[in-house]
Amino acid sequence: MEEFLQQLTNGLAVGGIYALIALGYTMVYGVLRLINFAHGDLFTLGAYLGFTLLASFGLSGVIGGLAGAGLLVLMALIFVGLVGVMLERAAYRPLRNSDRLSAVVSALGASIFLQNAMMLLYGARPQVYPVRLLPTASFMLMGVEIPFTRVLLFSSSLALMFLLFWFINRTRVGAAIRAVAIDQGAAKLVGIDVNRIISLVFLIGPALGGAAGVMVGLYYGQITHDMGLNYGLKAFIAAILGGIGNIPGAMLGGLLLGVIEALGTAYFAVGWKDAFAFLVLILILIVRPTGLLGERVADKI
Amino acid sequence: MSSITSNRLFLPVSGAIFFLCMALLPPVLGSAGLEGGGRYHIGVLNDIGLYALLGLSLNIILGQAGLFNMGHGAFYAMGAYTTAILNTVYGVPILYTLPLAGAIAAFFAYLVTRPILKLRGDYLLVVTIGIVEIVRISLMNDVFGMTGGANGIAGIARPELFGFRLVSPEHFFYLIWGFVAFTVLLFRMLENSRFGRALYYIKHDELAASGSGINTTHYKLVAFVVGAFWAGMAGTLYATKMKFISPVAFSFSESVLLFAIVILGGAGSIPGVILGAFLLIGLPELFRELADARMLVFGLAMMVMMIVRPQGILPLRRRVYNAAKQVGKYACAIGTQKLAPPAPEPATDTTTPPAPQKGTGGAA
Amino acid sequence: MNNLLSLNNLIKSFGGLTAVAGVSFNVAEKSIVGLIGPNGAGKTTVFNLITGNYRPDSGNVIFARHDITKTPTHEIVSKGIARTFQTIRLFPEMTVLENVLAGCHCRMRAGVLASMFHTPAQRREERSAIEKAMRELAFVGLDDQYANLAKNLSYGNQRLLEVARALATEPRFLILDEPAGGMNDQETADLIGLIQAIRSRGIAVLLIEHDMHLVMQVCEKLVVLEYGAVIAEGTPAEIKANPLVIKAYLGSEELD
Repeated sequence: MEEFLQQLTNGLAVGGIYALIALGYTMVYGVLRLINFAHGDLFTLGAYLGFTLLASFGLSGVIGGLAGAGLLVLMALIFVGLVGVMLERAAYRPLRNSDRLSAVVSALGASIFLQNAMMLLYGARPQVYPVRLLPTASFMLMGVEIPFTRVLLFSSSLALMFLLFWFINRTRVGAAIRAVAIDQGAAKLVGIDVNRIISLVFLIGPALGGAAGVMVGLYYGQITHDMGLNYGLKAFIAAILGGIGNIPGAMLGGLLLGVIEALGTAYFAVGWKDAFAFLVLILILIVRPTGLLGERVADKI
Repeated sequence: MSSITSNRLFLPVSGAIFFLCMALLPPVLGSAGLEGGGRYHIGVLNDIGLYALLGLSLNIILGQAGLFNMGHGAFYAMGAYTTAILNTVYGVPILYTLPLAGAIAAFFAYLVTRPILKLRGDYLLVVTIGIVEIVRISLMNDVFGMTGGANGIAGIARPELFGFRLVSPEHFFYLIWGFVAFTVLLFRMLENSRFGRALYYIKHDELAASGSGINTTHYKLVAFVVGAFWAGMAGTLYATKMKFISPVAFSFSESVLLFAIVILGGAGSIPGVILGAFLLIGLPELFRELADARMLVFGLAMMVMMIVRPQGILPLRRRVYNAAKQVGKYACAIGTQKLAPPAPEPATDTTTPPAPQKGTGGAA
Repeated sequence: MNNLLSLNNLIKSFGGLTAVAGVSFNVAEKSIVGLIGPNGAGKTTVFNLITGNYRPDSGNVIFARHDITKTPTHEIVSKGIARTFQTIRLFPEMTVLENVLAGCHCRMRAGVLASMFHTPAQRREERSAIEKAMRELAFVGLDDQYANLAKNLSYGNQRLLEVARALATEPRFLILDEPAGGMNDQETADLIGLIQAIRSRGIAVLLIEHDMHLVMQVCEKLVVLEYGAVIAEGTPAEIKANPLVIKAYLGSEELD
């Protein structure tokens, strides 16, 4: 029971990260029907940005502690969001009317480019966050010692998710994003600037991914230039699990996948950790390709 | 019709010239006074040949059938490990393992791709990434206690051909590039056939293809099986060339590299894929000081190419069938009102099944 | 006359919308039947149900005494039903001849190995497929265009090429979805001759067409669809006199 609770909370914390990244995949897929393969690397970019800010500007010395961590997340949010907008301009917008393969290949190219750019800048070896901003305290829950950071990680990703959920469902701009996702042509007809909405989606999605990157850096303390691949794939699987294009689906899928992975690793085998996500993917695509919360759409002939 | 005739001869002739030049390379390099007798250059050419072979096998799946397979390394690994295990554990001679490695990889492809063929393009891509990752993780975890885990398998023998043992890079050069030439010949014929056309129809309009009577799921499956068979055989060549294999060689990034070779060279185009192998494997060797930056450049190239030249550097040129002598041979229904039914089948023809008889309905 | 095709109470809905609400009709051997009705009446959906592109929610499709309701599209083609598409679906980057060879596919047998090694039987089969494709191209009057790319043909000729591709599957039953769409008067007049020539080869034809002149001239029987249901069925003369049909078409002068 103790082990189970440990793994459950751990899975929820990691799942929150998956969910945050998955939101970026699912939003971009919603408006462009494109898997933004570079999204995982934007997440890594966020992590490295946090590293640079901490290491070279000594931010922690100025503010320190939780506030410093919050500021770091905010800066990554803004910076990575802007990079996302530029990426869309450079790599995806020129291909808006091309076939799907071209866009997918361009996304892959962007992913390879970003990943290797970070490797050249920061080196191939893992980097360690120079200071621990987060408290190392822990507390007892039902007789189990739970690190405080785990709760912090989970609650901040939840907070960001609910912020997004509110924005999409309760604001005019959010309504415009939903309209573009349903039918770009019709959205254009009612006066929505589709290009601006797509730019906005490429601001929000990568911003959340970048924030997740800093959070991973703060939580684990160690980052690598290619971790975007692993996190990105898992987050994408989470998005499919929940139903791609569906925002609550991405949240549910992320948390579920985090828990499945944590429990699977604990109760089956550590060496197979990375295989669980893919098994989940293959199962869900065979059994229910629309995902848990996805809707069935008839193909037009 | 002279333009059509020259078009038909252009590829075979240039292909023959290319492979003849390749055959002359080892002695030329050997006598060029290069350091180490040109062995390093031969080694690079061997790598290029191996990737060309893998690229050609992926080309059937990705280039011709248009199936986003980013897990080709899984089939390659299957073949390499089949050879390694058969050779080191059971002592099977390398060249006997060649068809077996292909068959195992093909059988594996049959099993794993069958349930996922109906998936749309980008979903298929992610599932194939999953397949190659699961294979790699399985190899790392020493499945069935046969793969040696992270250490891999060492001590794989060299191939013997009619009692002659292939050991030097030059020997492997002829083995690999001979196999490439053989593959190009077969795949070129495959491209110009009922099978090759079916893949083309499926890639470009699946609905129109099935509406024309083509079993799209079947052909996608066969494309995977054929591609995997060749990738498996390439695995054999790799295993015996290296004498040692480990899971690192079959990582996801290898599959990405193969994907890039096919797409940048020219999806569906045999010369394009070979050029792609030269560029993506050979160029970084030319600029070794920049080797770290090569993937950066490839990533950039992939983005730029999709905007500037999405069909690849040497895109597919389809063969033009020559039927000039048949123009005007048959009466035309339109305008003439002659209601001419098609002429009866030639008596010598036995391969075309008879038209369905009225009143009976199709069997099956 | 024997019924070649029978539709029995086909129902198909998409989400909340019932596109086809209990359609039944028969097509006799070697007959020409027209399926008409206002836009959105469900005509193309009926076609897609026959060809297996859609599965009906209930009801069945009987072709030559076999139930083909659950048969996959490609098998339906090899059983003898061929079609053209309302929105032309050719392979634009392929030659005219290769487009027709797509139709020949299901009557050919060469497997992967034969295709890889170009066995003598495979070569023979390829030759006779090209012969057959050229015969069908000549039949629709496009044999001199064989080496052209399909995308370079005129709109009317692209429709004819689709017909040739469908005929190359050796059908007993041909479904034409708005074959005269985008054709000029001369091409439409030629099309009437072509449809009759197809029937005289023993092939039954079912067509959707908005050109009432063509429909009235070429069809022996008409089926009128409105809101996914059959509202009338009969000879062109009967249909022209049917008050329900006149009401459905009220305001439009298509039924002159």
